[in-house]
Amino acid sequence: MKGLFTNGCILALLLFMALTGQVHGREDYLSPEEFLQQAFDGRTALRNKIWIKGDLKKTVTEILGHELNLLRLSYWELDGRTAWILEEIGKEEFITIGFVVYANRIEQMEVLAFRESRGWEIRYPFFKDQFRGAGLQLNENQLDRKVDGITGATLSVSAATRLARLALVLHDFVQSDDAK
Amino acid sequence: MHHFRYLRKIRIYALLSLAGVFSTDVSMAATPSVEELWRIIQQQQATIDSLEERLAQTDKQAADTAEAVAATADVVDEVVRQESTEPVDAQVAQQSYGTRFSRGMRDGGRTVLGGYGELHYNNLTDSNDTVGGDDSVERTDYHRFILFVGHNFTDDLRFFSELEVEHSLTGTGSPGEVELEQAWLEYDINNEHRIRAGLDILPIGLLNTTHEPNTFFGVERNRVETEIIPSTWWEAGLGANGEVMPGWNYDVVLHSGLRTPTSGGSAFRPRSGRLKVAEADFQALALTGRLRYTGIAGLEVAVSGQYQSDITGTADNFEIDAFLVESHIDYRHASGLGLRALIAHWDLSADNGLVPASVGADTLDGWYIEPSYRFNVSDYTLGDIGVFLRYSVWDERNGVTPFRYQEFDQFAIGLNWWPHRNVAVKFDYQWEDADGDVDALRDGFNLGFGYQF
Repeated sequence: MKGLFTNGCILALLLFMALTGQVHGREDYLSPEEFLQQAFDGRTALRNKIWIKGDLKKTVTEILGHELNLLRLSYWELDGRTAWILEEIGKEEFITIGFVVYANRIEQMEVLAFRESRGWEIRYPFFKDQFRGAGLQLNENQLDRKVDGITGATLSVSAATRLARLALVLHDFVQSDDAK
Repeated sequence: MHHFRYLRKIRIYALLSLAGVFSTDVSMAATPSVEELWRIIQQQQATIDSLEERLAQTDKQAADTAEAVAATADVVDEVVRQESTEPVDAQVAQQSYGTRFSRGMRDGGRTVLGGYGELHYNNLTDSNDTVGGDDSVERTDYHRFILFVGHNFTDDLRFFSELEVEHSLTGTGSPGEVELEQAWLEYDINNEHRIRAGLDILPIGLLNTTHEPNTFFGVERNRVETEIIPSTWWEAGLGANGEVMPGWNYDVVLHSGLRTPTSGGSAFRPRSGRLKVAEADFQALALTGRLRYTGIAGLEVAVSGQYQSDITGTADNFEIDAFLVESHIDYRHASGLGLRALIAHWDLSADNGLVPASVGADTLDGWYIEPSYRFNVSDYTLGDIGVFLRYSVWDERNGVTPFRYQEFDQFAIGLNWWPHRNVAVKFDYQWEDADGDVDALRDGFNLGFGYQF
């Protein structure tokens, strides 16, 4: 019985290896270029950089819970619509998320790369659609809605939420006179 | 900036000079001739040309300076990025979108450090102290201190480890232990499937896989997931995990089995059968699988199954195979309402005269249900508070003679306060009961805090 069990398990694992399809390693779900194509319907957006300094730096640090360690951030802008590619650690790894913001509301959120061992569900519509239309609370850098989490991936969900808040704050900043 | 200030001064002096020329001409001299006016205009024009040239030079210098500052910022950002990632190849650096890892790490790797821990105070009174002596507890204990270290060799190959100090002090006669709780290598076959080998926690239950103290209610881990699923439970194994379709995840692991005692006060107890991959001899193979649905935000429903080909190990003359089935639901709604429920069941066979049923261990069951509500206090400045109730039922050793397994139950109520999402301060009160004669029934309160980073 034990010998049969052992052999059966090893065979099953080998079969699994054969059936899992192509072995090519992990790939990003979406490249930055593909994300920007989606964000601006194929039109070319102007690429800008925003300096992270002064009060903006304080706000960014407050949202992330740590300093950004970047002097500037890239963003793309066309007709009042901005796109941001932001990254934050969930539990151990960086998650790369793209946001499109228009009129201080998130129009689109796309997970470009997810490197954690758990929580890859954040790339599915049932999760990311919760951010569509989200804005910030008045005088608060908090989302104006609560977001349902993913069991076992609390930190990934928290990272995605922080980045959504950050994208909204940055959009508001570059659209305001402060950035001019 | 100096250039602009200098230029502004020159302009002011020029205007004053011009005004001076005219005022002098008007007040002190006769009307100049056309030739004199022409000469003055030519002089002024020469001055204006000179100023325009200097203005153009200054504008160019200002633009060059801005460009140099931007280039310096790029270099600084790149240095920060490279310090964080180890070597990043030039192509990646050029393609960077101003974020840190937008094109992945490629070769070179990155090491991550984290951890969690929890300090507990237990004040529990043995309400059954007439049986087996008084087992009351009034204890302060730094129950767990864990550091984890991970390393990404490439985007697809990584190592992860957790090193734990339990009960603060280790050594002969000390209550603590140093334990290697995880140490595995994982390779991404593709976006959907991964293989993992090493020392790893088994994919069963809620707390065995996610047990950072800020992620669950109650100071101590619940009794069902410590007695029936002997969390934290790790073995050496080879397995795979991933998703079969959106929202549907699987785990399968072939691993070392339990080696439970066959006699004494812990006979057939799964928790006592964990050898923790520490010179672990005579273990039979076991297989664990899990199917998990997470296709609705906030929801996890899972079922796990495990087959132990010989739960008492291979050193004896008995082949006691065993099955463990576990299922749970975990739902946390954005409103703050939450519900956890879990059920687990062991089936142990008999062999060659060794009969687990003789001590009530042929089946070992446990379940609990835990409604909760979490809410924010004072506009995010004071963090979140969560309250919960939990009712648990489980089979456990009675601790008296004659030894056998009895059904225990516990009612607990308490709260967590999260001043930060990764820090929890906890309080709960518990009442215990049992079906038959048992050594200890502990009632009282627990207090503690926990964190992760």
